[in-house]
Amino acid sequence: MNDTKPKHNPLLERGLMLPNANRMKLFSFPYILWMAGFIIIPLIMILFYGMTTSENRFTFANLAMIAEPINYKALALALLLSIISTVICLILAYPLSIILNNIKMKSNSLIIFIIILPMWMNFLLRTIAWQNILERTGILNTLLTFLHLPTLNIINTPAAIILGMVYNYLPFMILPIYNVLIKIDQDVVNAARDLGANSLQTFIKIIFPLSLPGVISGITMVFVPSLTTFAISSILGGSKIVLMGNVIEQQFTLGNWHTGSGLSLVLMIFVLLCMAILSKYDKEAEGSSIW
Amino acid sequence: MNDNKLINLVNITKSYDNTVILDDLSLYVRENEFVTLLGPSGCGKTTTLRIIGGFETPDKGQVVFEGKDITKLPPNERQLNTVFQKYALFNHMTIAENIAFGLKIKKKSGDYIKDKIKYALKLVNLDGYENRMPNSLSGGQQQRIAIARAIVNEPKVLLLDEPLGALDLKLRQDMQYELIRLKNELGITFVYVTHDQEEALTMSDTIVVMNQGYIQQIGTPEKIYNEPENAFVADFIGDSNIIAATMVEDRLVNILGANFPCVDDGFGKQKPVDVVIRPEDIDLVKPSEGILTGRVTSLIFKGVHYEMEVMAGGREWLVHSTDLCAVGTEVGIKVDPFDIQIMNKPASEDEQAVVPGE
Repeated sequence: MNDTKPKHNPLLERGLMLPNANRMKLFSFPYILWMAGFIIIPLIMILFYGMTTSENRFTFANLAMIAEPINYKALALALLLSIISTVICLILAYPLSIILNNIKMKSNSLIIFIIILPMWMNFLLRTIAWQNILERTGILNTLLTFLHLPTLNIINTPAAIILGMVYNYLPFMILPIYNVLIKIDQDVVNAARDLGANSLQTFIKIIFPLSLPGVISGITMVFVPSLTTFAISSILGGSKIVLMGNVIEQQFTLGNWHTGSGLSLVLMIFVLLCMAILSKYDKEAEGSSIW
Repeated sequence: MNDNKLINLVNITKSYDNTVILDDLSLYVRENEFVTLLGPSGCGKTTTLRIIGGFETPDKGQVVFEGKDITKLPPNERQLNTVFQKYALFNHMTIAENIAFGLKIKKKSGDYIKDKIKYALKLVNLDGYENRMPNSLSGGQQQRIAIARAIVNEPKVLLLDEPLGALDLKLRQDMQYELIRLKNELGITFVYVTHDQEEALTMSDTIVVMNQGYIQQIGTPEKIYNEPENAFVADFIGDSNIIAATMVEDRLVNILGANFPCVDDGFGKQKPVDVVIRPEDIDLVKPSEGILTGRVTSLIFKGVHYEMEVMAGGREWLVHSTDLCAVGTEVGIKVDPFDIQIMNKPASEDEQAVVPGE
């Protein structure tokens, strides 16, 4: 304490009060500044641009742009592709997490490391690599021709985009699921077996419900970036397949900040809606019964 | 004798990563018996319980239940239930759903399950907790739910793995009485694992003292406490003075140079032995009346009694007495003949771990 407060504080002396509560507040300042400068203010700006005309008058017209066929089709396709990729990620990630959890080998951390390894490379680089692999005369087809097998033309199709999404976002599904699975107390599983449940019943009634929080966060971490991506779709989907992210990107590059912001807001509403639905399920899983 | 062996472990051997946990262990549990496996951590008691429960498979040996070999049977097909050390409740289910779990698996009717939940909660003194979540309960309450969840399945045997280990002292003592009451009301066999000797002495019909994967002694609490078969048992169960001595002849033992009359015979003449004398069995008398004389070196008030250390015959004797002898007092040590427990000296370190007579 400084000289202006010479009085002794008995609580402070006995260590019953945090002496530096004010100092702690001071430490949080940079973070608040960061959040305000890079999260809150940009959001307000998007909200402002999205709700005004170029003459700065209030309007819903930018939001209504979603009613244009090209826009709602892009949104629908983005939703469809991101749902499909999320489901594929879940189908691939859950069994892998179970296997990793069950074998409990020393090499587990190595396997996790290998899963994370691609994430050390630049996201665009990885996607462009896939472009090179999938191209009509790319690595994959060269190999297939060499083996006298029919060639595969999936570049510039939704399938290529889904492949790109799954490849890029799969680790974000595996890690949260694996993390909840390893935290499940083995004795809880033993208790279910002890009470008469066979392996399948134990999985359905105990392991899966207890792993739901990881599944939910995995879904969120795959679905949201898939829904909003424009890089994967423009690299692997060519110019014919347009997702919501591409529409918004085009609006901004064309200088239509108002329309771009309006469509961003619509997309944001969809993301928030999906997260709200997911968090409701999450609560149910943690809270009362599911069977 | 043979027909009331409910569980029979025959020559069980188990090792992990080349470390032997259980070495040729044989043990049986009679119907309606409260058996406690007692020993320090790492003695193999929990592994033994997990082998009975079916969570571990022995490398060698058989688990026989009601005359049938169940060694390879998975836990869900065994007629016994386990209460786990950290309760292992299903945190995503209500208390009622936790208790109903085993019954629902067995496809019992809704009314039957409802009655059973009510009955079980009453039995563990937690009526009205049906719709609470496990996390909202205290440790003691959670443990009682874990017991309720196990007993509604009407197992023939209840396996308990240090169920009171995570509770505080007062609660632990209350739960000990609860468990004895439950055992009497339900009339089922309990196999209980603990490292707490007081818990074992309070609750058990039979105590199995284990160390380093071997059974050290099997007996009633009185027998284990009063007549430990080796130094490990004597040391592990309660405080004791374990002293190297010589058996002069039948019913006479020389301890630290003084001849004490005792009640044991058959050890031979001039045979080195270990004697166990419990601190409460030592009488401090006037120096002239004692067999050995010494001087009080420390004195601690313990509530029920005083704990004193007496330097006599070249070693410290631990003495518990309700009579106070001040530090520095010259005292005589006297022990009643039947309070001196004579044990054969182990021939080697290894033999110390083997049960005499097995």
